[in-house]
Amino acid sequence: MWQYVLKRILLMIPTVVGAAVVIFLLLRAMPGDVCELKLGGEGAYVDEAQIQLCREQQGLNDSIIVQFGDFVAELAVLDFGTSMWTGRKVAYEMGLRFQLSLQVAIMATIVAIMISIPMGTLSAVYQNTWIDYVVRSISIAGIAVPSFWLGIMLLLAILSVSEALTGTRWTPPLDYVPIWEDPVYNLSMLIWPAVATGYRYSAVATRMTRSSLLEVLREDYVRTARAKGLAEQLIINRHALKNALLPVVTVIGIEFAFLMGGLVVTEQVFNLNGLGRLLVDSVQQSDYTMTQGIVMVIVLVFVVTNFFVDILYAWLDPRIRYS
Amino acid sequence: MRTKLWKLALGAVAAVAMATGAMAEEPKYGGILNYVVGSKIPSYDAHIETTFGMIHPIAPFYSLLIRVNPSEPASNDFQCDVCSSWEVSDDGLTYTYKIRDDIKFHDGTPLTAQDVLATYNKIIFPPEGIASSRKAFYKMVESMEAPDDTTFVMHLEYPSGAYLPAMASPFNFIYAKKDLDEHGYTWHQKNINGSGPFVFVEHQPGAFVTGKKYENYHHKGRPYLDGFKAISAPKLSARVQAIEGDRASIEFRGFPPKQRDDLVAALGDKITVQESDWNCVLLVTPNHEHKPFDDPRVRKALTLAIDRWGGSEYLSKIAIVKTVGGIVFPNHPLAASQEELEQLAGYGRDLEANRAEARRLLKEAGVTADQKFLFNNRGVDQPYRVVGTWLIDQWKQVGLNFEQQVNPSPVFYDILRKTSEFDVSIDFNCQSVINPIADVSKFLPSAGNNYANFEDAQLEDVYDKLARASTLDEQRKYMREFERLVLDEKASQAITLWWYKINPYRSYVKGWKIAPSHYLAMQLDQIWLDK
Repeated sequence: MWQYVLKRILLMIPTVVGAAVVIFLLLRAMPGDVCELKLGGEGAYVDEAQIQLCREQQGLNDSIIVQFGDFVAELAVLDFGTSMWTGRKVAYEMGLRFQLSLQVAIMATIVAIMISIPMGTLSAVYQNTWIDYVVRSISIAGIAVPSFWLGIMLLLAILSVSEALTGTRWTPPLDYVPIWEDPVYNLSMLIWPAVATGYRYSAVATRMTRSSLLEVLREDYVRTARAKGLAEQLIINRHALKNALLPVVTVIGIEFAFLMGGLVVTEQVFNLNGLGRLLVDSVQQSDYTMTQGIVMVIVLVFVVTNFFVDILYAWLDPRIRYS
Repeated sequence: MRTKLWKLALGAVAAVAMATGAMAEEPKYGGILNYVVGSKIPSYDAHIETTFGMIHPIAPFYSLLIRVNPSEPASNDFQCDVCSSWEVSDDGLTYTYKIRDDIKFHDGTPLTAQDVLATYNKIIFPPEGIASSRKAFYKMVESMEAPDDTTFVMHLEYPSGAYLPAMASPFNFIYAKKDLDEHGYTWHQKNINGSGPFVFVEHQPGAFVTGKKYENYHHKGRPYLDGFKAISAPKLSARVQAIEGDRASIEFRGFPPKQRDDLVAALGDKITVQESDWNCVLLVTPNHEHKPFDDPRVRKALTLAIDRWGGSEYLSKIAIVKTVGGIVFPNHPLAASQEELEQLAGYGRDLEANRAEARRLLKEAGVTADQKFLFNNRGVDQPYRVVGTWLIDQWKQVGLNFEQQVNPSPVFYDILRKTSEFDVSIDFNCQSVINPIADVSKFLPSAGNNYANFEDAQLEDVYDKLARASTLDEQRKYMREFERLVLDEKASQAITLWWYKINPYRSYVKGWKIAPSHYLAMQLDQIWLDK
C-alpha cells in the first residue's frame, strides 16, 4: 500500500510543474496590460510615463525568462507573489476567499451525496418502474439546467415568496460571515448556491450511481448472495453498493475540485466573494500573479483530490493497489 | 452671467430629478448606510487611482482642500473643505488658501498647511519613481508654499480656467505629512489615515469596506450617519436585487433605464429616482494611419451618418446614454448652444441630407460598399456594446461596412493603445469635476490618451490659446473653434451621445443629490436616513 501511495505522490510533481509552465506562457501570450487597465481603464488621462513606471514596478519590463524564474522561485517556497492589481499578497487574497469557496463546495457535495446515492440506488433497484422514470427525469433536468440559471430562478422565487409571506422582499445577505460567528446568517447566504450547484452535481452522481449499481447487481457474486438467501437490503448495502461506488467517488472527487474554483457564474449570481470570482477578476485585469496563483491552487486541489480518490479506490477495491 | 445661467440650468436638472426627500427636512442622526459598489479597489491611494471602485468606499475617510458642494453637486459650486477661505490675486496667478486650525487626522495628528503642501507636492511634483495619475492637470502650477501652518499658497505660470476645478478633484485626498515622511509615498496604498467624516474600520477585499462616524469631524453636526458599509457587487443583477431586498439602500454609479423601471415597479414609493446628464461620453476614434480614414472626407462621412437626435430618443430607453452634445459637457457655459451644434457635421436635423452628403463624400474618396472595416469595441454592455451595435447600423446606412470586434477590456486597450490594429475604435472620456478646458484636452493629438494617431499643429495652437484664455467669452470663442476643427472640419474624432446617470435608491436615504459624475460628493457627510 505504501509503495502505491508513494507512486501517486511522485506522479503529482510533473503534473504541477507542467501546469505552472502552461499557465505562465498562456498568460503572457494573451494581449492586455494590468497597468493600462489600472491607470487608464476609467477613461481618465494617464501619462505614458506613469504607465511605464507602473510596468517597471510590476516587473513587466523584465524579460520572460526573468519573470518565469521569479515565478518558479516563489512557487518553490509556496509564495504566489504579490497581486499586480491590489498590491497585496496573492496568498492573503486567496485565503480570504478560500474559506467561502470551501464551505460552498462542502455544502454542495453534501447536498449532492444526500440526493444522488439514495436516488441512484432507488432508480437502479426499481429499474423501469415509475420511480426510476421520476428519478431519471429529475437527474436529466439537473444536467440540462445550468446552475447559475437555477440560482437566478431561486433568487426570483425567494423574492416573490418572501413578499407573499411577509409583505417585504427578502434577498440573501451580500457579505460573508464565518459559520462559527453567525450560523444563521452564514447559512441564509450560502444554502442557496449550495442547493443550486449541489442539484446539478447530484444529477451527474445519481446517473453514475444508477448505472454502476445496475452493472454490479448483475454480477455473479450478487446472484450467489441472493441464492444464499441473504436479505435484498443487505445485498445492496453491503455487497453491491460498496463496489458500485468506485466511479461515483471519482465523479464526486472531480466535481468537488471543480467547485473550488469553477463556480464563476454562480458566485456572480449570488454575489459570493469566492475563488471563482477572484479568478475572473484577475483575468479581466490582466493580473498575472493573481491568475497564476489561483490556477496553481486549483491545480493543487485537483491533484490532491485525485490523490485521495486513488487512495479511496485502493481501499474500496484492494486489487487496484496490486495492479 | 453665464456662470449664473449655468448654475441655474444645472439646478433645474437637479430639480427635474424625481427626488422627493431632500426638501427642507430636519436631518436625523444615526443608522448605517449600506451601498453597493460595482467595481473593485486596486489600492487606497487616490493620487494614483482613477476608479470609482476606490472613490466610493474610501472617499468618506478623507478630506479635500476644496470640494464640489455636496449638497448641490450639480452646480460646480466649489466650497472649502479643510480651508476656511481662499483668495485670488488680481492677475489670477496666486491662490492663497487659509487652512482651518481645528482639524485632526483620525490618528490625532493636527492637520496644518504643511500637510496640504505635502499632499499637493505628491500630486503635482512627485519624486522620481512615484506615480501620480493627475499631475498633468496642473501644468499651470509653477510652485507652492506653506509660509505658516494656516496658509497654503499656489503660484501659477499663467491664469487658467482649468485650475480651480482641478483643485476640487475628489481624488485629491489630504494626507498627513507625518505619514509621508515616516512611511514613504506608497504607504497610503495599503493604509488609511484621513480626516474625513468617517474612520476606517475594516476592509475585506472583494467583499466590503466599513467605516464609523468620526466624532471630531470638522464640519460641525456632520456626519449624520453612525457608519457605512460599502459592499462589493460586480454584477448588475446582484446590485439591483440588493436594493430590491433592502440589503443595500443605494448604488452611486447608476443603473440602466430597465433596472430603474423594474425597481420602481417592484417597490413603488419606497424607491426614489434621480437623473442627470453624466460627464462621460463615448467617442468614435478613426485610425488616421489606416486608409481610407486618413482622408477627412471619409472621417466626416462617419459622423454625418450618425442619427444623434433619433438615437437619443431610442437608445435612452435601453442604455445609459441620452443627451446630444459637442465636445463640452452639455449645458455648461462653454458648451455649444443648439444653434451652434446644428452647424456641425452630423448634428443637423435633416438626417437624409446628412447621409446624402456622407454618401457623396465617400464616393468622392473612392470608398465602395464592398470594402470592409474593423470596429474595435469594449466588451462592456452598458453602454459600449449597445452604442457600438447602433453605430454599425448607422454606418451601414451610408454604405460603410464594419465588422464589430467586441473585446474584453485588456484586449480592447491593447488594440486601442498599443497595436492600433483597428480602423475605427470606440473610446471614452469620463471625468469627475466638470472642467471642460482640461476635459477636451483628450482631443489633442499630443494628449497621450488620444489614440487616433495623427498630428495637428493647428489644433494644438487653438488649445493653447484656450488654456490661457482668462475670460469666459474668450474661452468660449476658442472652444468653438477647437470644437469645429475636431468634430467638423478635420473630423479627427466624433462624439456619440453623452451618458445619462440614473440613480434609483431607497426613499429613506435623504440628503443625497445626484452629481454629474459618479466620482463626486462621495464623502457621505450630507446623507442621513429617515428610518
